[in-house]
Amino acid sequence: MANLPQDAGKEAVQAKGWLKAHKWLLLRRVSQLGILAAFLAGPWFGLWIVKGNLSSSLTLDVLPLTDPYVLLQALLSGVTPETTTFIGVAIVLLFYSLVGGRVYCSWVCPVNIITDAAAWLRRKLGIRGASHASRGTRFWILGMTLVLSLVTGSIVWELVNPVSITVRAILFGMGLAWLLILAIFLFDLLVARDGWCGHYCPVGAFYSLLSTWAPLRVSAGKRDACDDCMDCFNVCPEPQVIRPALKGAAKGIGPVITANQCTNCGRCIDVCAQEVFRFTNRYSTNPKADLKPAETVQPTGS
Amino acid sequence: MAESNDKPKSASRRQFLSTTLKTAASVSLMGVGLGFYAQRANALPPMAIRPPGALPEKDFLGACIRCGLCVRDCPPKILSLAQLGDDLPTGSPYFIARTSPCIMCEDIPCVKACPTNALDHSLTDITQARMGLAVVVDHENCIAFQGLRCEVCFNICPIRGDAITLEYRHNPRSGKHALFIPVVHSDACTGCGMCEKACILDKAAIKVFPIQMAKGELGHHYRFGWKEKARAKHALVTPDPKHRYNLPEGVKYDLQGKGLIFEGKQGAAPNDTPFSSNPLDTLNHNRRSGD
Amino acid sequence: MSLTRRDFIKSNAIAVAAATAGVTLPAGKTALAGEDDGIRWDKAPCRFCGTGCSVLVGVKDGRIVASQGDPDAPVNKGLNCIKGYFLPKIMYGRDRLTKPLLRKKNGKFDKNGDFEEVSWDEAFDIMAEKCKAALKKSWEENKGKPVTKITSRVAMFGSGQWTVWEGYAAAKLMKAGFRSNNIDPNARHCMASAVGGFIRGFGIDEPMGCYDDLEHADVFVLWGSNMAEMHPILWSRLTDTRLTKPGCEVHVLSTYRNRCFELADNGMVFTPQTDLAILNFIANYIIQNKAYNKEFIEKHVQFNKTPTDIGYGLRASDPREKKAKNRMKGKLTKITFEEYAKSVEPYTLEYASKLSGVPKEKLLRLAKVYADPNKKVTSFWTMGFNQHTRGVWVNGLMYNVHLLMGKISAPGNGPFSLTGQPSACGTAREVGTFSHRLPADLVVKKKAHRDIAEKIWKLPEGTVPGKPGYHAVLMMRKLHDGAIDFYWQMCNNQLQAGANMNNESYPGYRNPKAFVVVSDPYPTVSAQAADLILPTAMWTEKEGAYGNAERRTQFWRQQVKAPGEARSDLWQIMEFAKRFKVEEAWPPELVAKAPEYKGKTLYEVLFENGNVNKFPFEGKIRDDRGNEYDNDESAHFGFYVQKGLFEEYASFGRGHGHDLAPFEMYHKARGLRWPVVNGKETLYRFREGYDPYVAKFNPNGDKGDVYFYGNHKKNGGKANIIFAPYEPPAESPDEEYPLWLCTGRILEHWHSGSMTRRVPELYRAFPDAVVFMNKKDARKYRVRNGRYAKIQSRRGEIICKVETRGRNQPPEGLVFIPWFDAGRLVNKLTLDATDPLSKETDYKKCAVKITRA
Repeated sequence: MANLPQDAGKEAVQAKGWLKAHKWLLLRRVSQLGILAAFLAGPWFGLWIVKGNLSSSLTLDVLPLTDPYVLLQALLSGVTPETTTFIGVAIVLLFYSLVGGRVYCSWVCPVNIITDAAAWLRRKLGIRGASHASRGTRFWILGMTLVLSLVTGSIVWELVNPVSITVRAILFGMGLAWLLILAIFLFDLLVARDGWCGHYCPVGAFYSLLSTWAPLRVSAGKRDACDDCMDCFNVCPEPQVIRPALKGAAKGIGPVITANQCTNCGRCIDVCAQEVFRFTNRYSTNPKADLKPAETVQPTGS
Repeated sequence: MAESNDKPKSASRRQFLSTTLKTAASVSLMGVGLGFYAQRANALPPMAIRPPGALPEKDFLGACIRCGLCVRDCPPKILSLAQLGDDLPTGSPYFIARTSPCIMCEDIPCVKACPTNALDHSLTDITQARMGLAVVVDHENCIAFQGLRCEVCFNICPIRGDAITLEYRHNPRSGKHALFIPVVHSDACTGCGMCEKACILDKAAIKVFPIQMAKGELGHHYRFGWKEKARAKHALVTPDPKHRYNLPEGVKYDLQGKGLIFEGKQGAAPNDTPFSSNPLDTLNHNRRSGD
Repeated sequence: MSLTRRDFIKSNAIAVAAATAGVTLPAGKTALAGEDDGIRWDKAPCRFCGTGCSVLVGVKDGRIVASQGDPDAPVNKGLNCIKGYFLPKIMYGRDRLTKPLLRKKNGKFDKNGDFEEVSWDEAFDIMAEKCKAALKKSWEENKGKPVTKITSRVAMFGSGQWTVWEGYAAAKLMKAGFRSNNIDPNARHCMASAVGGFIRGFGIDEPMGCYDDLEHADVFVLWGSNMAEMHPILWSRLTDTRLTKPGCEVHVLSTYRNRCFELADNGMVFTPQTDLAILNFIANYIIQNKAYNKEFIEKHVQFNKTPTDIGYGLRASDPREKKAKNRMKGKLTKITFEEYAKSVEPYTLEYASKLSGVPKEKLLRLAKVYADPNKKVTSFWTMGFNQHTRGVWVNGLMYNVHLLMGKISAPGNGPFSLTGQPSACGTAREVGTFSHRLPADLVVKKKAHRDIAEKIWKLPEGTVPGKPGYHAVLMMRKLHDGAIDFYWQMCNNQLQAGANMNNESYPGYRNPKAFVVVSDPYPTVSAQAADLILPTAMWTEKEGAYGNAERRTQFWRQQVKAPGEARSDLWQIMEFAKRFKVEEAWPPELVAKAPEYKGKTLYEVLFENGNVNKFPFEGKIRDDRGNEYDNDESAHFGFYVQKGLFEEYASFGRGHGHDLAPFEMYHKARGLRWPVVNGKETLYRFREGYDPYVAKFNPNGDKGDVYFYGNHKKNGGKANIIFAPYEPPAESPDEEYPLWLCTGRILEHWHSGSMTRRVPELYRAFPDAVVFMNKKDARKYRVRNGRYAKIQSRRGEIICKVETRGRNQPPEGLVFIPWFDAGRLVNKLTLDATDPLSKETDYKKCAVKITRA
């Protein structure tokens, strides 16, 4: 007895209370907005916590952080960055390899707030129809952006990259960026479910590669309790990652969601009234099961 | 595709291949489109100036990751990141000389902040920066060319006396005033834009342009003789021997300088000059010859 | 200027796109054509410096919408400097004052209240009340005193920027109406030493030469004059002569490298105050080499010496004053040529070079051009000479050199003091708005002179007091000491301009005993410290006349109306006079002498006297092209006020070497250089052929010879060579304050910046004052170019940015700060030392220290 998509999470609210049913969502919003606030405290209040933006930043004048994806493009364009920049990249790579690359998408990237909003409205309005594009398209685009950098000697993707444009719009001035943000919202709302983040965004694609061996994972530990309400599938931005872990018991697949497209957003934990899901590490349950990873979309573009 | 049967396998492989091909084709098409768009969008409009130390524009766009650290570290806050809809590559840093020129900080914090060397860290002396080149573009409206006493650009120039100099000329219209013409020297101008900002016209007559737009280029075969000689500090060929002339008495000849010199024509002025003691003679003579 | 960066880049992008596409944007052209329709053009002299450029003012719909340099003006030939370019904008600053403002608390005047808008009636009520109280107190203090001892508690600080008739009306109201000689113009800060020099040397004020010297001289020597910035159009003429005339040389002397050095053939930076020694060296050199013009000296020169050790014009309690043997003394003693030669003998090349720090060969080169009989030399000077504790001396030493050679009063040959204000000559000096003067070089001290004034003014004998009033600096001290109860500042910004403001002028302005009125178009530093501010019409909002540095008197008509309730200084002076009955201003015994004035107001006595109100006003002023102009003062008072005042004033000088042309002529001509005799101007005074007065005073003189008729009565028409030695300045750098401070101006801003800083473009071009200093000093005192530094003197401190690579390049040991900036008041630092003879402040020398701020 599957629930309607627009009712996703209702049972959980009844069972656990509103706050608990939104725990991870709220924490993510705090994280996303907190990061922006840390960047804005400088220009707005003269309180310089972090300078720069998500492409490259300097925290408290000591900690350098640089986005490995944009730096990779720069390197392909033929640049010799500063040594500290490599340190910054290494820190970022290490961090996301531990917590899961797509944590960037769900806990950091402000575009996520927009696409989540579009997805929410889409469910509420009962808009149907999925994208015809494959979720693998993003890896093609990722490849394309790298090839373009190499060929043109300039970071072409940054001209249109909605992620960095949105971040800059918030931190450095809006310009016409609101048009792009609106376009993504409408696309996700009307054209394709999880359209941008789930199908096209090469930033997410890049970071998903870092998820491959990340210890921090969501596990459907109590998958036996699943009552097939389908709420988790309805709210998950990458629903294809759930099925193997949730329904794979019969095939000997472990309960840990190991697919690297999982963004570790924890929304499935929130909306599950049966409390099937929880954050854990990759090796926590049946180590054997982990030898056979759940179905993933293989990174075809790399 | 964990579970697969024989029949659907070939069908699904075909489907997979065709989807992949379609995706690859459309993404490639998108890439080509992006490439063309980039060529247009990467053009820097002439009024936008990159921060000091910026690599040549093409290299710059490959190196700049649009992080805005230079913007944040600019003490007078003159730098901006281009926004979507602006006429220059989105996210890239720039300033507009007319409204907020570079004040040429001695420690160049914007360059120090750059993580990728898009602003070249080898620039340590701000006077060596070449952000652009100031050009007196409008000789008709620049009031100095009409003889008005302005010289604001000359006075405000931080590379005083080198980047902009004043060339004195006679004002043939008024007959008794001088013109103080501002002349920009590309070997010293950093393109900071102070002059453009200070220009008192409603629209600046002196503007900072990207160097490649502002500079002409001499034919590769040609050299300016006097400059070559000055650089070599001697004549490039055998020096001219001393010349001697047939001259009437009381007349000297200065080959390189004054030409014919008639001695004893004027009184014994303490400073020997070849000119009449009454300056009005020469003055009026000059006027008549329409100098 | 609300264009944002984004708007800017967009509008430019459009223009660039259009340009690359070969499209001309049409808007501009058609708009321009329409813009020029219906503009009424008329001439006016520039509002700023003493050069006296003429501009054409374009008026449409009651507003100045356009301007241009007057192509037919002989001074500037259509050119302007950057300030002149923006003339129309000075009238339309955002913060023009349009209503009288009075400090009030609980609806009543209170010295510590906040400014509130009041009506002109209320403003004049409180002014008259305070002024009458001060007059009454003065009477009591003067009881039983002869007219030569009278003092007053009423004072006015006027201006070399007043129009001629404003200065004249003010002097008349003060000296005759209020019987107070406490009226002094800001020209005291500017030209007083030059005046002293002229009067002592020639018995008559103002330069003998004219701007044509700029084309006729072979050699120009600049003494303490940054002409390149302060007299931009004259510098343009000088530069042109240097460029086009073979053999022309420019010598520049200053205490720091300024922009004149860019053109200089012989640039000399000398230690402050040693100009006295350099000039004596030149005189010595001329005598030693027997280069002097013997015939000229014998015929036209009288040798004198002046008392030495005369103090520094500080308060009498200052130890430097107590030490002075001949404090404030200036009476000349005749000496022989030989005695004079002996006096200058110690000033050898070695001595002058050692004292001044100028290399010998440079000094020698300078001396040689003066000593060369074949070279025509014009010497220019401005504030470097005049703002000098030995200002009158140094002016005199300059004349000594020219007189020894006879290089004077001839085209290209002459000493030429340039003025800083548009009418320092025309209003302050010729009208005599000084505390010791009357019009046309008359002085209050002489009874005969007072008699002339009283006769012209139709006033009883003994109306004008015979004791010179308080000069500018003394006025500040008296205000501070509570000896002035009513103080009216007009058309200047004395609080910003006066030296030692922390200890003298500011406490003076805020003295609870004093009522301070400031008339100004803008809320200046002075206005901020005033008790009552009167909104004032400026420049072409009234009919006016200015006299420039070459004795050229120029007129203009009222072009537009002043904003709101702003009224001209002239209106304020005359209207205020209506508030006084003669009985309230004069003691009974004086009123008794003129029974016909009983019960009349000062306005009636002074301005409806049959002279001033002689010319009817027909409701409009018309020019010969049929254009009509307002004249708000004449419309208000009912007669042609300006003409009446001018004609009465001109009657002082006509026939006495100060002849002015008839009123109407000036509205046609681009200025006329006085004396104008039989409609003809005078280019060079004191020389037969050029100056008709020579033949009048010296009918048997040779053709083309000179005669210094200003000294006709004194010594038979001879000019005075006056020996004066080198004496040190009032304050020199020491261990604690190791740097000289010199103050001055810059090209973009004029005086206190009250007008030019309200023009956005000029403000942008040079926003705030900086301290110009030597790179080595910056290193030594650990301050950095572009960063803030604190400059301290014994009197105060200010903070401003350091400039080591600017237009002024001081030598080590000297800093220069311009004074235009109301936000960085350099006069908190300066010392109120004055020339004891001219009472002009030395703004060029005091000691400061500098530290990182």
